[in-house]
Amino acid sequence: MTRYEVRLSGSGGQGLIVAGIILAEAAGVYDGKCVCQTQSYGPEARGGSSKAEVVISDEEIDYPKAIKPDVLLAMNQKSCDTYIFDLKPDGILIVDSTYVKQVPSTRALAIPFTQMARDDVGKEMMANIIALGALATLTGVVSLTSLEAAVLARVPVGTEELNKKALDIGIEAAKNLPKENAEKEVSYENSLNE
Amino acid sequence: MATKNAGRQVLLQGNEAIVEGALAAGCRFFAGYPITPATEISEAMSYRLPGVDGTFIQMEDEIASMGAVIGASLAGVKAMTATSGPGFSLMQENLGFACVAEVPCVIVDVMRGGPSTGIPTHVSQGDVMQARWGTHGDHPIIVLAVSTTQDCFSITVKAFNLSEKYRTPVIILADEVVAHTREKIRLPHPGEIEVLDRIRPNMPPDWYIPYENNSRGVPPMSSFGEGYRYHVTGLIHDVRGFPTERPDEIVPFMNRIFRKINQHFADIQMVHEESTEDAEVLVVAYGSVSRSARRAVREARQRGVKAGLAQLITLWPFPRQTMEPLLRKVRAVLVPELNMGQMSREIKRINQGMTRIETLNRIDGTLITPAEIFARLVKL
Repeated sequence: MTRYEVRLSGSGGQGLIVAGIILAEAAGVYDGKCVCQTQSYGPEARGGSSKAEVVISDEEIDYPKAIKPDVLLAMNQKSCDTYIFDLKPDGILIVDSTYVKQVPSTRALAIPFTQMARDDVGKEMMANIIALGALATLTGVVSLTSLEAAVLARVPVGTEELNKKALDIGIEAAKNLPKENAEKEVSYENSLNE
Repeated sequence: MATKNAGRQVLLQGNEAIVEGALAAGCRFFAGYPITPATEISEAMSYRLPGVDGTFIQMEDEIASMGAVIGASLAGVKAMTATSGPGFSLMQENLGFACVAEVPCVIVDVMRGGPSTGIPTHVSQGDVMQARWGTHGDHPIIVLAVSTTQDCFSITVKAFNLSEKYRTPVIILADEVVAHTREKIRLPHPGEIEVLDRIRPNMPPDWYIPYENNSRGVPPMSSFGEGYRYHVTGLIHDVRGFPTERPDEIVPFMNRIFRKINQHFADIQMVHEESTEDAEVLVVAYGSVSRSARRAVREARQRGVKAGLAQLITLWPFPRQTMEPLLRKVRAVLVPELNMGQMSREIKRINQGMTRIETLNRIDGTLITPAEIFARLVKL
């Protein structure tokens, strides 16, 4: 199996589509894999539900959307409730515990991305970058160097330092998670050997 | 095309790849009115064109956009516009003008849910028949469908080439999924792409007969301002471009504009076949649905079902010559599409009892999944 699917979900304005683009660029352009990034959103500019998906594979990708995500990032309660049933049985669930108060699984990896963005970075809009850092660390789907290169190439000029800081905060938060929760069985490398 | 990205791998959205394809094909004029899900084409054109000495104009509406595109093309510049269903409806009047005046141009229609303003942010394939018959009267037209970001680049180049070669509007039908899907593609160097330009007159201006017949059925086209004077009209015209009501001039004109397309079917009609050699059941799909179909066909093959895929690149003129032999040899055909059955209707029309045609339609703004096609495929 070479197909690895990531779904980033939450509400409009949380930067999930940007996060999807950065993840796809890291895996595709910097890591050299085949990638397909799709999105779904409503007519609203903010609020409403928002979803970005990244399919990563070693070979040409046929169906561009996620079929059964290996990873689900839920940045609010509604998206967590809606998409948890699509997740692979042994898939990784990462939630923003700032907004997701009722976690549907004991295996969920909860990190308060938005809270950390507010307190540690000083900008709530950086929650998506923190989440990306954590996601990459927990899943190994992209190398951290590629991710950092992709982040710095995409973000507006002048915000590189802040974004780098956000990324590092996310990586640290993921490393500090209690070990028994870190479900390594379905990380990208392991899924290739199935 | 001078671009720093040539030869590099980049992550591009379908819409952005259409822009890169157009620029690579020599497009230097874009007039449009932004509309979801085609807005990114206008946006990218607005910052890419000035850098290559091109012109971008945001017009007051789609009627004017199409008018500006025709004007630019008559002045000798390769021109394009992009829109979605509601805007495409507005373009139809001038699209007919481009057909009759034989003005090369490319129109991108990124399909979204309709009718009317419909479902603006979600996918559909509801404009297949509008692309063919949206403008009134008998007219030839070329319509190409794209399914991947790489397609968006290469088919756009092809669209410009066909449009220049046959002096006809060419419509690119994209859909919300392919337009917004980002994929890694390699942008080729300018030398790697075949770019065709319209044949220009090589006789002295006094000898130029603008709509004179020839073996290809495509008269040479001069640019306005080059000294070749001629009349351009939407009325049926004689060889000099002036309106005519004489049957002995109307018939040769109409026959010629059809013949220039019909006698070049082999060049125009493109179908991508996969595993069709020994197929017993066939999926016919186009646009983003063909990606679902490809996965379903591969999965069916793994389970021992002899399935094949015919992906239509050219929708119109309908590739009958390719499809008929396929229909003749398979047990059944499934046509999945995101409308109530527009292309399946055409396939049924040419089928004439050769095989069994089944349809799979979805009109709720979501892409047909491989699982849905697979489930039908194994029961065919």
